[in-house]
Parts: sequence; structure tokens; C-alpha cells
Amino acid sequence: MKQSQIIGTPVPRKEGREKVTGVARYVDDMVLPGMLYGATVRSAIPRGRIRKIMFGDGIPWDEFVVVSARDIPGKNCIALIVDDQPCLADGAVNHTEEPILLLAHPNRHILRKAAGAVAIEYEPLPAIFTIEESEKCDAIIWGADNTFKTYLINKGNVDEVWARADYIVEGEYSTGAQEQLYIENNGVIATWDAEHGITVWGSLQCPYYVHKALMALCNLPAENVRVVQMETGGAFGGKEEYPSMISGHAALLAMKSGRPVKIIYDRMEDMVATTKRHPSRTRHRTAVTKEGKILGGEIELTIDGGAYTTLSPVVLSRATIHAGGPYYWPSVRIRAKAVATNVPPHGAFRGFGAPQSLFAMERHMDRIAQAVGLSPAEIRRRNFLRPGETTTTEQKVREAIDLNRLLDRALELSDYDAKKEKFALENKGGTTKKGIGIAAFLHGAGFTGSGERYLSSVVGVDGCADGSVQVLVSSTEFGQGTRTVLCQIAAEALGLPYESVTIAQPDTSEVPNSGPTVASRTAMIVGKLVHSAALGVKETLIANGLAKESYAPEEFQVACRDYVATHGRLRSLARYEEPSGIFWDDQQYRGEAYAAFAWAVYVAEVTVDLCTYNVSINDFVALQEIGKILNPVLARGQITGGVAQAIGFALYEKVLWQNGRMQNAQMTNYIMPTSADLPPIRVFFEELGNVHGAFGAKGIGELPMDGPAPAVINAVEDALGVPFDSIPLLPEDIFEAMTGRSENQAEDRLSPAGGVR
Amino acid sequence: MSEAGPAVPRQISFTVNGELRKVSAYPMERLLDVLREKLNLTGTKEGCGEGECGSCSVLLDGVLVNSCLVPVLQAENSEIVTIEGVGTPELNDLQKCFLERGGAQCGICTPGMILAAFYLITRKPNATQQDIREGLAGNLCRCTGYMQIFEAVEEAARRRNAA
Repeated sequence: MKQSQIIGTPVPRKEGREKVTGVARYVDDMVLPGMLYGATVRSAIPRGRIRKIMFGDGIPWDEFVVVSARDIPGKNCIALIVDDQPCLADGAVNHTEEPILLLAHPNRHILRKAAGAVAIEYEPLPAIFTIEESEKCDAIIWGADNTFKTYLINKGNVDEVWARADYIVEGEYSTGAQEQLYIENNGVIATWDAEHGITVWGSLQCPYYVHKALMALCNLPAENVRVVQMETGGAFGGKEEYPSMISGHAALLAMKSGRPVKIIYDRMEDMVATTKRHPSRTRHRTAVTKEGKILGGEIELTIDGGAYTTLSPVVLSRATIHAGGPYYWPSVRIRAKAVATNVPPHGAFRGFGAPQSLFAMERHMDRIAQAVGLSPAEIRRRNFLRPGETTTTEQKVREAIDLNRLLDRALELSDYDAKKEKFALENKGGTTKKGIGIAAFLHGAGFTGSGERYLSSVVGVDGCADGSVQVLVSSTEFGQGTRTVLCQIAAEALGLPYESVTIAQPDTSEVPNSGPTVASRTAMIVGKLVHSAALGVKETLIANGLAKESYAPEEFQVACRDYVATHGRLRSLARYEEPSGIFWDDQQYRGEAYAAFAWAVYVAEVTVDLCTYNVSINDFVALQEIGKILNPVLARGQITGGVAQAIGFALYEKVLWQNGRMQNAQMTNYIMPTSADLPPIRVFFEELGNVHGAFGAKGIGELPMDGPAPAVINAVEDALGVPFDSIPLLPEDIFEAMTGRSENQAEDRLSPAGGVR
Repeated sequence: MSEAGPAVPRQISFTVNGELRKVSAYPMERLLDVLREKLNLTGTKEGCGEGECGSCSVLLDGVLVNSCLVPVLQAENSEIVTIEGVGTPELNDLQKCFLERGGAQCGICTPGMILAAFYLITRKPNATQQDIREGLAGNLCRCTGYMQIFEAVEEAARRRNAA
């Protein structure tokens, strides 16, 4: 077979032409005859009972379709992990902006007026808004103790290390909520008829999540629910679970009205009502030798899940497993919990818990370095995981990763040593201070532990009547390049030109369930299945005597055509099979957490202006090992985009809460990085390969979200000599810390054993 | 979304992508909605509805505007260029370079970004990277981190100047 060598080349994005010409179809570009617009009436209070719903004067209410919880044919919940989240509040509300009532009307302008004319009378109940308030349990808002989920990891005997420690270093770190801020807001269209049931077209990541939720909500069998993904204008996790809610709303209105219903959120509704990154608090207490070796430690990690369970147990899981960073812990105890508050449920966002716990870990490494008197580079060097050693879950590192080499290269690329020296000199006078910071980290690809086994994903590859090849997956494209890399994999596997492979639109009536498009699993896990399924097509052609082991693309086309003409459809399916020797204990949280990790060392260089307290980033080096690069342009784009979002997480993006509601729910006052704000983001790769992924690929999408925040904040500390342990770090926070700083603060945080805080 | 002004629609005409168009619209309707809903030019996107994100960028008499902030009456007798009027039937250099360099990911900001870039390199054929950074600062992209957009615009300017 001719080697097509498509893997590793920058073939153009499959749908690129449609995107640059503006013809790509997003859900709001679609209009159906007789279509109504839908709107959602939401809770104005964080917690309470609904006493009365009143329809105000001056609105022709008889023209409206109105849906309440009573109209739900099935179960009033968004089926996901725990069925605790209602689709429409029934008698009580548990967070601001909780959906209560749905309206539909042919005219959007009248609809908007009508939504404002619904008045709801509440009996307010005490509400809680922070991790600390939730822990105090003054008000119990969920379960017995406001706790959605806990995990405990125990490796070795951490209780015996404290006596042997030369230093015990403590720190507390926190991260704020972050809005995904995809540029296309959430939106769906639903239609209903008695024969076909519900069809939903939407902006979404996981068609089969929506499918499952609609079956339960509408009380329909699988074949009467169809979910189609339209072109999706960014997601980042923000369209993982919430589309089930908005699809449910549109479906209920369509069922009641018998007409197509479109619901498109405006920016403010999207920001106040839908999910954000979980706020977190992490406490570290670490026993270290005078040589800087970690003996053991305790990590206590808490995330704020908002009012309902949604995905918090899974986010917490990833946060827990990543909490120890890329370091060897002879012993460690990690206690993690997700707690309830009366804010809209927090949810999936690129990194999925790891950016929170890795921010804490990487800030804490700099603190340990100071306590021991080593450089940030050296402290990491002395504690890096090596092949053969075990992670906090006692997973043996089987990859040939050399983190020291990665670190050396990152230091060289960033000219770290020379700059460190130069800045120390130059920072003595003047009103601008420069600093340089490091973060080393890892990100597990695919679902955690037994997750992939439970998903049991299936993909299909068709040999078509015209001789072309089509990939069938529910894995979605929302900018990352799913379509492109999966077509590259199939083309490479079959020795065909990239152009002769297409991919079906994700439509649950057409494509098998290849699992959700999350967890950096698409290139690695789904890609491997596409590879297998593609080879299945070839094997079928060979077995039928239509092709030889080696063929020209034209011969393949003829063989395909002949097969379909004689036998009908040529479809090859591949189902996930767990690699042998994988052990995971869900109870003890021990074992092989991920089939592969991506590894990285990032270096940020900053300038802090002491007149404005503004931090600007001058240079950013992102070096990572992510297995085989399937497409260098797309891979680089994943890294630059992730780094940009993570810089926003560190320095710009602050959600202001008041009474459980986001106050700055506009692009005007919730600030994400613009083209003028970012440094040159210099991206470098190492390619070790990976036996579990397609052509050696690993996960890539989430990794770049994990490291930039600690690298930047470590650089700010390097510049100012003042530690900052909470993000986002805005100029006003630096001003406050610099001007209200007590004299003994700097000594206070270095606490050798015996002088423990 | 603004309230439709005096409750009387009127005939408004303008040129879109070289073609004279007449629409019946309320004077205060957003140009964005008229383009998308009355003329079915859905390449122009709404991201924020308040002139922050630039997804709805179009050229109005040669000037880059946010069409979500333009009442349609203001566009009367003007010449409008939307993404549908760029690079047909052949892709233009900017579109080709966005495609080659990874300037488009999810694609929702892309039409506005391409119009902003077109406006920029038309005014400044020798735009520096700093010019590009500033020139595109009104167009938000959440996917790319902008680096590959800068490279696409630089390359397109180079090709244009060499032609």
C-alpha cells in the first residue's frame, strides 16, 4: 500500500472553506416554517419557595404557549449523573436564574416583553454562596451536609513523615469562577410530531447526552428522539451539559405548541444562567527534606459545585488526581470534596478541575523552593516523577518521559537563567518590575479510571457507493479539529487521499455513540477506534476478493463501489476495548487513572507596572510532550488558544457575584484577552508517542489550560517578592497587597519545621 | 436587542455586496437583524449584541462597523460589504491564509475577523504585527489565542503587496 503520510501534516481544516466564507451553518442561521421563539422565565432569588406566578397586564397571553413543570410528560430532571436538577423549578428554587416557566411566541420582541411581565412571588429561604458558608452548614441546601461528593487518596503513611521533615511548608490557594465565553451563545431548535417524536438541532458537544436527557424528560423511546449537532461556535466544556437543559426547554415548548421552537440565549442570559468553571480552595501541607525532596504531604481540595450535582463529582475526580502535579510523592493524603451553594451549577470547562488543583500545586512548589532555599527550577528537578515511579494513585509511569529534559529545554527556550539574573539587577530601581515563572504539569487523556470501559464507545467507517469513505461518530467539531484529524486518521489507515474521506454530521439517528467530546479523548480514544474501523473496511474488501493488501486509491474506489453494488452498505464498526493490565479501584481511588498523560513545562515572563499595578506578559514559552502530532497547525492552535484562556483565568476574568447572581454578565465588564493583550505564545512539542492512541496521539485540548496561571503568578511573585495565592489577580488586588502589606509578611510564609504557621 | 422605534416600517434601500437591496424595516432595527433575517445573509454573526466582540463586523461605506450597533436607517443609501461579498467565487488571500495558517477554529468570529483584517490591510498595506494586534483588538476570538490570526493577516498582506 502506498504510504499516504497524511498524519503529521497540516492538511486544511475539513470545514475551513465554509468557515472563512461565512456559509457554515450555526443553529441561529436556521429557520423553520411556522417557527416560534422560546424564552425562559427565571428565578430572581437564590433560594425559596414559589408562592404564586402572575401574568401581568398588557400582554396578549392567549397568543403565547406557556409551559411549566406540570407540562413535563416524563421525569422533571436533567438526566446526567444524579437526577437532582429539575428541568423547570416545581414549587421551589435553589439558585438565581433557575428556569421556572417557558414562553413561546412567533414574535421575539413581544416575547421579550412578555417574559418581563411574568411576576413571581417567593417565600425566600436562607441561602449560601461560598465554600466556607457551605461547610458551616448553617443552612442545609443539599443532602445531609451540603456535600455532593468526596474522595480520599491515601498513598503510603503520611502520618509518619512530619517528624522526619526538615521543613513543613503550608499554603492555601484559591481560584475563581470562569466563564467559557464561547463567542456563539447557547441555542437550539426543537420540533415535535407524534410519529417521529422530538428532533433537536443545536450548538452542543455531546449529542448522546442530550438524547439521554430528552428520553427521560419527554418520556420517549430512543428511536423517537433525534439530536443533531449544528456547526458550534466554541464550547470549551460550556456546551457539555447545559445543552440538555435548553434542548429540554425547546422540546417541551414544541410538544405543547406542535410547532418548531427556537431558543437562542443572548449574551447576558448565557452568562448569568449557564455553567462556569468551579471555584476552588486547596490547602497544602508538605514535609520536605533540607535537600528539597518531598517526603509526603496532605492536600485538602474543595470545589464549589453550585446548586445541583451536575458534573461536579467528575470534575472533582480530575482535580483530585491532578492535585499532586508531575511529582513523586512517597506518601500523600488527598481529601477532596464538592460542596453545594445557591449559585447556578458550575460545570465543565477545559481542564475540568485540573487547572484548579494544579494552580495550587505549582504555586506551592515555588513556596517550597523558598522555604528550602532552592530555585524554582531546582525544586522541581528534585521531585519530578520518573519512569517506573508511581503517581498519587499509585499508577506506574510507563512512558519514557524525562521531565528534567523538558525543563532544561523550556529554560533554554525562555532564556530563563540569564533573564532571572538580569531582572534581579534591573528590578532594584524604577517603577516597573520584571519576573519569570515556571509551571510543570501533566494532564491525563480520556475518561478517568474505568470511565472509558463504561462508555464503551463505538465508531463507524463506511465505504460508500461512490468509492469515497465516510467516518461516523458522535464526536463533535467545535473548533478543535475533530473532523480534520479523524478524517486524517481514516485516510492514513486506508492509504487514501485526505480529500476522499468525509465525516458525517453528528446526528443520533445516523451515527453510533462514540462518547462525549470531552476529556481530551477524541484524538486518542476515538481516533484509535476510527483507525480500527477504517482497517475493517479494507479487510472486508480484501476478504471479498475486491482488493489486495496493497492498492492504489483508484483501485480502492472501484473495490468499494463494487462491494456496495453487490452487497449493499459497507460499514465497519469498532468498539472500545480496554487495554489489558489496566487496574482501577473506584473505592480506594487507586490504580491506572489514565491510559496516558501529556506532560508540559511552561515559562512566563511578566512586567508589573507599579504605577498602574497592571501585569503584562512579555513572553510565553509552552513546551509539551503530547505524543504524535496529528496536525501541526491544529495542535499549535489548541495550545495558543488554551494558553490565552488560561491567561484570562489568571489575570483578567473575574466573575463578580452578588446574592448568588453574576453581576458582570456582559462582554463589556467581564474581560477576556484581546489581540492586544497577549504575549507572543511560543509553542514547542516533544513527541514520545503513545501506544494507546491513534498513530501515537495523546490528548491535547485541555493541557494548555493547566499551566499558564501558576506560571504567570509565579512570575509576578518573582517580580514583586510578594506571593499571590488567589486568582484572578487583578491590578486592584496587587495594589491592595502592595500598599497594605505588613512588615513581617515575607518571613511569615517561610516556615521551617518548628515554626509552622 | 433594541425596541423597534415608531411602529411604522419604511422602505430602506442600500447596496449589499454590490447589489441594490430594498427592505421594509423599522428605522431602529439593527442592521445585523436586517442582514440576517430579511436578506438571509447569515454569515454575519451575533456574539454579544453590544459592540464588544466584533462578530457582526461589516463594512459600511468602506468603514468597519459593528452591525449590532447600527440602526438600519443609518445604512440608507450606503454601500455594505458582508462576508458573503468577500472572495467570491475564488477565495481571496485573507481567506486562503486563514485556512492555511489556522486562523479559523470554531469559525464564529471568522467572518467579522476577516472583514476587520480586510479593512486593516486595505488602509495599512504594510501593517506591522503591532498594527495588526491593535487593528483586530475589537474582534474577540476565544479559540485561537490570536497568534495564527496574526500570521494569516501578515501573510495575506505580503501576498497582496507582492501581487
